Amino acid sequence: MVDVTPDAASPVPPAEVAEVELYHPHSWWTKYVFSQDAKVIAIQYSATALGIGFVALVLSWLIRLQLGFPGTFDFITPEAYYQFITMHGMIMVIYLLTALFLGGFGNYLIPLMVGARDMVFPYVNMLSYWIYLLAVLVLVSSFFAPGGPTGAGWTLYPPQAIMTGTPGGQDWGIVLMLSSLILFVIGFTMGGLNYVVTVLQGRTRGMTLMRLPLTVWGIFTATVMALLAFPALFVACVMMLLDRVLGTSFFMPAIIEMGEQLQHGGGSPILFQHLFWFFGHPEVYIVALPAFGIVSDLISTHARKNIFGYRMMVWAIVVIGALSFVVWAHHMYVSGMHPYFGFFFATTTLIIAIPTAIKVYNWVLTLWRGDIHLTVPMLFALAFIVTFVNGGLTGLFLGNVVVDVPLSDTMFVVAHFHMVMGVAPIIVIFGAIYHWYPKITGRMLNEAMGQFHFWVTFLGAYLIFFPMHYLGLMGVPRRYNELGDMALLSESAHQLNAFISIMAFIVGFAQLVFLFNLIWSIRHGREAGGNPWRATTLEWQTPQTPPAHGNFGKELPVVYRWAYDYSVPGAKEDFIPQNEPPSAYAASRGAV
Amino acid sequence: MVDTTFTQPAQTGARPDGLRGVATDWASDQRAFKNVSWGKAMMWIFLLSDTFIFGCFLLSYMTARMSTAVPWPNPSEVFGLHIGGVSVPLLLIAIMTFVLISSSGTMAMAVNFGYRRERRKTALLMLATALLGATFVSMQAFEWTKLISEGVRPWGNPWGAEQFGATFFMITGFHGTHVTIGVIFLIIIARKVLRGDYDVERRGFFTSRKGNYESVEIMGLYWHFVDLVWVFIFAFFYLW
Repeated sequence: MVDVTPDAASPVPPAEVAEVELYHPHSWWTKYVFSQDAKVIAIQYSATALGIGFVALVLSWLIRLQLGFPGTFDFITPEAYYQFITMHGMIMVIYLLTALFLGGFGNYLIPLMVGARDMVFPYVNMLSYWIYLLAVLVLVSSFFAPGGPTGAGWTLYPPQAIMTGTPGGQDWGIVLMLSSLILFVIGFTMGGLNYVVTVLQGRTRGMTLMRLPLTVWGIFTATVMALLAFPALFVACVMMLLDRVLGTSFFMPAIIEMGEQLQHGGGSPILFQHLFWFFGHPEVYIVALPAFGIVSDLISTHARKNIFGYRMMVWAIVVIGALSFVVWAHHMYVSGMHPYFGFFFATTTLIIAIPTAIKVYNWVLTLWRGDIHLTVPMLFALAFIVTFVNGGLTGLFLGNVVVDVPLSDTMFVVAHFHMVMGVAPIIVIFGAIYHWYPKITGRMLNEAMGQFHFWVTFLGAYLIFFPMHYLGLMGVPRRYNELGDMALLSESAHQLNAFISIMAFIVGFAQLVFLFNLIWSIRHGREAGGNPWRATTLEWQTPQTPPAHGNFGKELPVVYRWAYDYSVPGAKEDFIPQNEPPSAYAASRGAV
Repeated sequence: MVDTTFTQPAQTGARPDGLRGVATDWASDQRAFKNVSWGKAMMWIFLLSDTFIFGCFLLSYMTARMSTAVPWPNPSEVFGLHIGGVSVPLLLIAIMTFVLISSSGTMAMAVNFGYRRERRKTALLMLATALLGATFVSMQAFEWTKLISEGVRPWGNPWGAEQFGATFFMITGFHGTHVTIGVIFLIIIARKVLRGDYDVERRGFFTSRKGNYESVEIMGLYWHFVDLVWVFIFAFFYLW
């Protein structure tokens, strides 16, 4: 129990709630498998997400094999190609990025950073992971189902998604995909409620919202968005499942297939697009906001400087989150909706550039005249800024209707979204893993392997996706499994495709080095100590490393300051932990 | 110089009223909603998320109904009952709505008696709520049976747009599932109340958390929400 006697001189209010006793595991099973400890759940989430992420990586190799060397590999039929791109996209966006940022980093960092013993409802939190795992298993099972996984494209647009011509459309593929997504939403909701309530109601003494590290702000806002955006995906999946299984016509218009009139009529495929993108656009920021938050903390810590414009950073996160709910139809400029809609959505889309630019400027201004340590996490953080700006600038092209229409469904779009929500967030994930791995395992990741991983990944990603912009501007369409003899394409386009493929393999193999490093360093990494980066936030101030069950030992920390007291003039060290009392107060209590 | 960034957090004690009070609470440490427990906060946020689910369902229904090229079945005929040769429009629905709204009344009374720690009354009122809820679901089952026997299917019906059956079964089915889950939990919590679990703060079977009478109120939040959603379904399906 914390000391709840009010201390008149204390600058921090007394505890409002008595501590809740934690669930104590009784057996190996409840300690390591069916664990209710958010840190164990976080590792389970992360391992599952990374595992399924490697499946997506292999799928991307198969895609590139076909695109780079069309006609060479017989086993990649057009149907298989569509299945590969669909599953690659869906896994990366939902089962890897969303799960890793919110389920992985959210579970690990929120309780530690806000000074809580655990999430507010550990049991529900545990259920969240097991339902997520079930969703992943259902997804994987579609690879082995008759007809294989769905090949409808990750957007699953009807009517083609549930018709005979699409792989898995009339087989098991689409049914398993939709079921898996429904499970994912249910599982996520259980976790998401926990993250939100923990941030709002479970903070320690002295931890005001405006003292939260930006990582928590990013994850928190993303979770709130997910709780409001995933319902649209849930509803869209339920309705399409009914269309496919029961023969309803929510999304299916009257349609003739192979000369036969189908038993559907009167449905609206555009309705699906609206529902899907009402989820789909916030999803971009559900992935991006945690990355924004994490990268702010990485930059501040490794540049030994407080984050520039903390309040503006917080408000920018909140404003981006809010705006992202009113821009969804910019994915639908070519869908045939009313042109006035396009005008409205182009305007709101471009407005998002303002808070985003605030964030980018603030990151750069944080670096300005900072004491920059080029550690591996910092390299990834710097790479993120560059990559995000690149991806963001092509977003300005695609956000404008007149520019988007000719570029729609070309490789330019593929290059844009891979830069901005593929490479950029994944780079942050890498940086974050290098940054927090010492806290999770007690050992540092190997630096040499880390440097190698960084440079190959960063430069390689550019060599993959930069040429794609050019291909797109030439008119190379996306979703085509081979280009054939298109008159508009020069020979160089084909050579470029082969080049991109080779780079993709190289970057892919660099990830195996990373995987090896993760495993190797658990035993052989350098001992990290409790606070290897000399950081201020609470997770680095735990009595044990890795933190024990309950995180903070006997007494919860009390927070006296924001998370960014780096290089404070006059201070003994170049960082002051959040739980260090102000000197006058400390002196009054006889402490040093 | 060391303490330049140190700012005084909001002091507890007398808190200002109105908007100023909200700002003070959000600027303070530990909790953004003072006097709101974790469980209650979690239920409110879940209900917000669930609102978006029902909102998406109802918006999809409206889209289908407004954009259909074939006539939409006339609700006052379709949902009417023939009693003694007279067609009474909306009779069943009126009774169903009355039953569900009444169940909110018994629920509210249960919450009140729960905080007074009157175990028997609380449990009985919760069981009454559950009974009313079960009655509602049964009448819904009756309505489904009637419509199905008249030829309404998710993929078509004798009177017009096929989306009628699809949206009707989907949305009332989803709402009915919510009511059913509510009934189950009402019975579980009523049992706990009756057994005195909340008086001795007995730990939950799964969660191992101490229980208290607030569970009754949180249950009530969910129940009133399900009720409120029904009002919208009623308005959009039967009165439109």
